[in-house]
Amino acid sequence: MPLNSKIPQGELSQKWTTYKSTCKLVNPANKRQLEVIVIGTGLAGASAAASLGEMGYKVKTFCFQDSPRRAHSIAAQGGINAAKNYQNDGDSTYRLFYDTVKGGDYRSREGNVYRLAEVSANIIDQCVAQGVPFAREYGGLLSNRSFGGVQVQRTFYAAGQTGQQLLIGAYQALERQVALGNVTQYSRHEMLEVVIIDGKARGVIVRNLVTGELERHFGHAVLLCSGGYGNVFYLSTNAMGSNVTAAWKAHKSGAFFGNPCFTQIHPTCIPVSGDHQSKLTLMSESLRNDGRIWVPKKQGDTRKPNEIPVEERDYYLERRYPAFGNLVPRDVASRAAKERCDAGYGVGSSRQAVYLDFASAIERYGKIEAGKHGNHNPDAETVRQLGEEVVKEKYGNLFEMYEKITGEDPYKIPMRIYPAVHYTMGGLWVDYELMTTVPGLYALGEANFSDHGANRLGASALMQGLADGYFVIPYTLGNYLADDIRTKAIPTTHEAFEAAEKKVKERIETMMNIKGSESVESFHKRLGKIMWDKCGMARNAKGLAEAIEEIKALRKEFWANVRIPGEIKEYNPELDKAGRVADFLELGELMCKDALYRSESCGGHFREESQTEEGEALRKDDEFTLVAAWEYKGDSNFELHKEDLNYEVMHLTQRSYK
Amino acid sequence: MEHYSMNLTLKVWKQKNTKTKGHFETFQVKNISSEMSFLEMFDVLNEQLIAEGKEPIAFDHDCREGICGMCSMYINGRAHGPWHHTTTCQLHMREYKDGDTIVVEPWRANAFPVIKDLVVDRQAFDRIIQAGGYISANTGNAVDANSIPIEKHKADEAFAAAACIGCGACVAACPNASAMLFLSAKASHLALLPQGDPERKIRAVNMVEQMDKEGFGSCSNIGLCEASCPKGISLENIARLNREYLGAVFGEGGDNA
Amino acid sequence: MNWKHYFTTSVGRKLVMGFTGLFLVLFLLVHCYVNSMIFISRNAFNAAADFMGTTVAIRIMEIGLFAGIILHIIQGLMLARMNKAKRSIGYATNTTNTKQVPWYSRSMTLLGTLVMLFLIMHISHFWVPSRITHDLNATKLPNGVETHDLFQKMLDVFQSPIVVVLYLIGVASLAFHLFHGFFSACQTMGLTSHKYKNFLKGFGIVFSVIVCLLFAAMPISMYMGWVA
Repeated sequence: MPLNSKIPQGELSQKWTTYKSTCKLVNPANKRQLEVIVIGTGLAGASAAASLGEMGYKVKTFCFQDSPRRAHSIAAQGGINAAKNYQNDGDSTYRLFYDTVKGGDYRSREGNVYRLAEVSANIIDQCVAQGVPFAREYGGLLSNRSFGGVQVQRTFYAAGQTGQQLLIGAYQALERQVALGNVTQYSRHEMLEVVIIDGKARGVIVRNLVTGELERHFGHAVLLCSGGYGNVFYLSTNAMGSNVTAAWKAHKSGAFFGNPCFTQIHPTCIPVSGDHQSKLTLMSESLRNDGRIWVPKKQGDTRKPNEIPVEERDYYLERRYPAFGNLVPRDVASRAAKERCDAGYGVGSSRQAVYLDFASAIERYGKIEAGKHGNHNPDAETVRQLGEEVVKEKYGNLFEMYEKITGEDPYKIPMRIYPAVHYTMGGLWVDYELMTTVPGLYALGEANFSDHGANRLGASALMQGLADGYFVIPYTLGNYLADDIRTKAIPTTHEAFEAAEKKVKERIETMMNIKGSESVESFHKRLGKIMWDKCGMARNAKGLAEAIEEIKALRKEFWANVRIPGEIKEYNPELDKAGRVADFLELGELMCKDALYRSESCGGHFREESQTEEGEALRKDDEFTLVAAWEYKGDSNFELHKEDLNYEVMHLTQRSYK
Repeated sequence: MEHYSMNLTLKVWKQKNTKTKGHFETFQVKNISSEMSFLEMFDVLNEQLIAEGKEPIAFDHDCREGICGMCSMYINGRAHGPWHHTTTCQLHMREYKDGDTIVVEPWRANAFPVIKDLVVDRQAFDRIIQAGGYISANTGNAVDANSIPIEKHKADEAFAAAACIGCGACVAACPNASAMLFLSAKASHLALLPQGDPERKIRAVNMVEQMDKEGFGSCSNIGLCEASCPKGISLENIARLNREYLGAVFGEGGDNA
Repeated sequence: MNWKHYFTTSVGRKLVMGFTGLFLVLFLLVHCYVNSMIFISRNAFNAAADFMGTTVAIRIMEIGLFAGIILHIIQGLMLARMNKAKRSIGYATNTTNTKQVPWYSRSMTLLGTLVMLFLIMHISHFWVPSRITHDLNATKLPNGVETHDLFQKMLDVFQSPIVVVLYLIGVASLAFHLFHGFFSACQTMGLTSHKYKNFLKGFGIVFSVIVCLLFAAMPISMYMGWVA
């Protein structure tokens, strides 16, 4: 099947305008007859459901959490990008587009990214109208800050809780539609199958997680807004419940999976403290503006950080990348930390951490502050106090969080950080209209693959989720549904619903009947270790090939020996988790296969075989300027389809941060 | 910081479902590291129970970084445990020492029925938001974001109120099981902004009505909600909500509810 | 929405508590001022009492006062009962944060009930004989007007140490009730914004301390014979 990305013809800047003015529309009376199912209620799902509800569609939303407001979009800290140019620093739609494509290491679609940049400004307007309390200047206007990989200030933020505020904005808009009767909301429900009738997505099978009952829901179209799959690594910055199940079921029902191996490893996370570790916590990228990263020059140095004199410290980012120093992009910073720890220079009890030190910043700010107070010869203690105050104002909440988790005071002792899985650029393959290869089945937000290429820039995830939900899907869904106005609601007694439900039921029963001896959690941990060791920050052909076999074996073991306590027809979190881990066990294999296929290094995907003499990532543009879209062909069998990426405007160059 | 390991006795509320009666059960956990989070300690306990062929304890949790508002344990007589401005998931075991006994209960309020063990149903909060916790601004209606300047301190105050994570600790801690802190945080957040001004009165009245319908108690201004709020939502928000309500009672614009 | 509806929501009921509470606080101020006349002289006090008992406007306000007290009590007890019913299964453990939340804030119903019991005794001591049964000694004020000798009644009542102790308990309950009540009423009215919060909190406490100390001083000084 040839992949048609359906990018509109014409000049880059006119594509979306042309699309909007020529796409088909559905009249209001017909919208009331059309039902839309939205899976997931994070930024993409909540904004899509709210917008579609406002337009008059009959919408049903589903989320596995107890309320739409819990979706993990809420945990995003830093901010959201928008090409507003409020700072008069030369920003524009084109620059945001340019930075995003370049940041993604030239593995994203020009058309999609340009549209994203175009609607970014509308997102900020919409959010402000909804009451999102963005940070403001004293004049009452919006404040901006800068983020990694760009030269302008275009990031809008609400302290360190931007994701929370944006999600609550979308959630409120969604709840308003629920109150108006346009949206029906189902929480503690998990989607377990897509129902396909005559080649089109026409509904879902969901499990009520409280009662354990299976339910059938019809929809003229199904929107998957179910987020990313970073939890395949067991330890990640994702929420405990974040999973691939909805996307994976869609994949197994015919939706292609795009670039599954593209994973973002975030450089600044609180390191693992022991085997008990259940998740990892991110420390915002903004910390690298003021913190200096170092390890001891001596291998296995056990001295306390403050006892190591400056000349015995290796500020390796500043050493290796003098031009960008501590502010190199995420993928580069992560790999450099791994390199040092692997070489035996790691710190902390696990030796899997590096220091992020604020002492210089505290001293620098302290001196400036003292100067402001007219004290030009301050003593060290005064400088430290004044400096700490400045740092506290900028990063207070992050420092507090660090102290709660580790019990160490980062004002006095350098933070220990280590890279952790954070975001998955890969996802369901979608065309320009966000439709997967299954007609009527859409993927929005992190669940799709489209906009971030091989590496996502900071503050772009929130932008993409909301762009898809508020401004893209309302048009593109209408274009599809306009042809569907004569389709009456299909009763859920239809044989396709019967069959789908039977399949789900059987799978659950099989799983419950294994009654083995190993817990779901244990399998998940073992999968995570394989993925992290062999498909993590650095990958090679040998390791990936091994991983594929190991995962297959582990999956077999899972289906023979997993132990799930409790009953099917009750609230049973272990059963929920088992279903998710079973899907991760299949996805993991595909990720390794994709990583094995892509023998170049690009963005977050670093193949050890493909690096420059200095150890930097080396792209192979001739061979891999493409999207690898995988089709599910049955057990362990995936067929590769290639979508060539055509760069009409951008010129491909190798990134350098030296 | 010195790390240590400890053995603990846990008394945990067990309840099969909403309809059945619950009871306390006692569990022993061994070799708990002081570096673990409170929920990781529960993970250890659950793994142990599964290995013994018993049913693990159901508890709500998701982000485990203090922002989603899902975790909800009443630990030794305090909502979210002993640490100030901290959710259950951010409480760490270095708070406890070897041999301690910890009593863990679910949020208790009739408006939050127990689903299982420590898991409660908080959909009442969604319905309170549905009653008016929003600004009626359809997608595409917005004017330029900078066309209405907002005083910085007002924007900051709105943000402080909007920091609510909807966990329900306020209800759990309140002797009246009142949801006023939750409700007022939302009413304040929106009333403080010019965009939320047109609906401020009707919002206050409708949200209060819904809170009553859901079976939450009334506010006695005791302040235990504020004391247990992991995000430090201030009682001033309740005063502000009352002001809005009073405005609706005596002024124009609160009708049509 | 109609008026009745506005005042029967949870916030509406609290508004009723707040309004009546603040009204009663105003009464306390007047009552305290009038009674403090005992520290000046028997005649000054009796004259003031006579004014309060014979002025038509004040007698009408007195009806309002009783209505307020009754409303405050009934509403308070109803709210307490309703609120208690919102948590059918209580907590097994409770270690309330006493630093941030003082005991009296959590004991308003208890304190209110004590004040109510005290009020019944207090009314039967003075108001009933003065306004209903009229079994008080007569006295003549310097301006020749004949009136009840309420001062003498006070002296008589406060000869009993038990009564004095009961009065002290009543007044102390009132003080703690007001510590929370004054601020709480202001909070319910929405007056406690960031600017005024601390002032109102402080004012409430200072007010309660002064008024209640004055009230406490009355039975004590009569019993000790400091005023005659």
